[in-house]
Amino acid sequence: MAKVPVQFTLNGSEKAEFIESGTTLLNALRDKIGDTSPKGGCHQGTCGACSVIIDGELRLSCLTLAETCNGADIKTTAGLAEGGVLHPLQRAFLDAFATQCGFCTPGMIMAAKVLLDRTPNPSREDVVEALSGNICRCTGYEPIIQAVLVAARANSQNAA
Amino acid sequence: MELRKDYFADVRKDGLNEIGQPRPRLDSPGHVTGKTAYFADRNFPGMLHLKMVRSPHHHARIRSIDTSEAEKHPGVVRVLTAKDVPHNVYTILILIQVGPEDETVLADGKVRWKGEAVVAVLAETERAAQEAAAKVKVDYEVLPAVFDMEEALKPGAPLVNEYHGQNYYLYDSGECRKVRFGDVEAGFAQADHILEQSYQSSPIEHAPTETTGCVVAPEGNDRFTCYTNTQAMFFTLDNASIILQMPGSKLHFVGGTVGGGFGGKVDVIVEPIAILGAKLTGRPVSFVYSREEEMQISSPRAAEKIVIKDGVMKDGRIVARKVTGYTDAGAYSRHSPYGAQKGAAHYPGPYTIPNVWIDTYCVYTNRTPSSAMRGFGVTIGDFALEVQMDKLARLIGMDPLEFRFINAYRDGDMKAHRQPTEGAALIECMQEASRAANWPVAEKYMAMSSYRKGA
Ligand code: FES
Ligand code: FES
Repeated sequence: MAKVPVQFTLNGSEKAEFIESGTTLLNALRDKIGDTSPKGGCHQGTCGACSVIIDGELRLSCLTLAETCNGADIKTTAGLAEGGVLHPLQRAFLDAFATQCGFCTPGMIMAAKVLLDRTPNPSREDVVEALSGNICRCTGYEPIIQAVLVAARANSQNAA
Repeated sequence: MELRKDYFADVRKDGLNEIGQPRPRLDSPGHVTGKTAYFADRNFPGMLHLKMVRSPHHHARIRSIDTSEAEKHPGVVRVLTAKDVPHNVYTILILIQVGPEDETVLADGKVRWKGEAVVAVLAETERAAQEAAAKVKVDYEVLPAVFDMEEALKPGAPLVNEYHGQNYYLYDSGECRKVRFGDVEAGFAQADHILEQSYQSSPIEHAPTETTGCVVAPEGNDRFTCYTNTQAMFFTLDNASIILQMPGSKLHFVGGTVGGGFGGKVDVIVEPIAILGAKLTGRPVSFVYSREEEMQISSPRAAEKIVIKDGVMKDGRIVARKVTGYTDAGAYSRHSPYGAQKGAAHYPGPYTIPNVWIDTYCVYTNRTPSSAMRGFGVTIGDFALEVQMDKLARLIGMDPLEFRFINAYRDGDMKAHRQPTEGAALIECMQEASRAANWPVAEKYMAMSSYRKGA
């Protein structure tokens, strides 16, 4: 099968790969580049576990072809902690017991990150809306919503 | 959360310092950083992908299987059928002597439910495996199927599973699990009221966010490492050892990290065939359910039907309870004979009733095999029992909570399956619930105790 080159920035570092045309970004990240933080729960755009940030937008990597990401700036949960210090969202997910099996967690954190980047002081409704494309089977959504609200408060306190 | 230690302070030692305190989960740091390694996060060079050809029929005889076109498909490395599986007919609970072996790893001559695995295709890519699977030709002779438990138990119903010979699991106690306590007919004769109701549930899928699967890597010395999301590591290891006729020392299972299970990952389905594929090709193998397979193929919670007949006195005492429970195992046993048996022990509920009669049947139908799910054999039973309790209370014009106090089991009471009650706390739970829900009951109930006689 024909291979095509792709080149993009992943969590700040340059990546280049030859992939089979038609490979999803999810499979390219996981199987080729070795970033397994985005998860495949459905491979059909319904669960949100594969969520990543492409050029500042929340995207489902299972529905994104890797070859359309040339030159893009891609962020995943694996790149969120800086110098071993957890991002406030990661801290809040820990403290608020917002993970159980953890399979939805990287996708949830990506969705929440895009929200907080745009809306630093979200309302509860904003959070619910932002997470509405992400399914969690274990935790129940309440601790996750609380975690995002706690992280938002922590962020605004740091900024103040 | 409020922790009440005062209830049993005089009878139970209590060094509980951790309960009621938040403690960080040990696995959470991995979850929030994306570092937790699930089975599918293992990737090996040269890994093959396994896809199943599945039965489109509920019940059919297989006249022939033609894999020649599939084998020629570009990227296909190996195609497996029943004859490749060393011990093809198995049952999970054989490990605890619950037989007979009644299920095929790959269908042999017959399929008994829609979605049953027939042929396994191993290819270089998922896509090649999928395309080749579509080229396998299976010639079926469709047979009459049965989907309803009561229909299945009628004489002349299509026989679902020849390994059983009849459409129910034969326990050592006969066609059902039985509990007999006191004289149920005498109880009904003495009762002021009798209420008979029937309750039914549908199968329920666990729907974990991570689908069922495994990755198998051949090691040196003919050993195989199986990365799996099974919830039942040793059951899977031992059953794989039986199915593959391979000593357990050749199998190394790595797991414990499960992306949601809820009981849906306790069957032994993906591992043996993936290990076999790795053995026969010498290559790593990945077998992961698609979302569609997870929803349609993996075992659901069994459908149940429960008929409860109670005799109750005007003063609130239940004097007789007769329960007939039916558990729909689907086409194969898996964990259902155990689930139905659990129901038999459970059906009196947490109540002390002097006359009890229980029959629970594990029934075979041409539906997706059912298995474990959170309190299987008990959860649906509790739904039925507690709805029945509310109906009984209404029938005699009594408050439903007070009605439960009157019948609650207490330490020392003999349960219908002849285990004396020990460590009961139902009364204390109801007292707290009464306060928390602001549902007051008479003072005499608030003064009751699970263990103090006379109180
Ligand atoms: S894997 Fe992409 S939405 Fe489910
Ligand atoms: S924690 Fe299991 S799916 Fe969300």
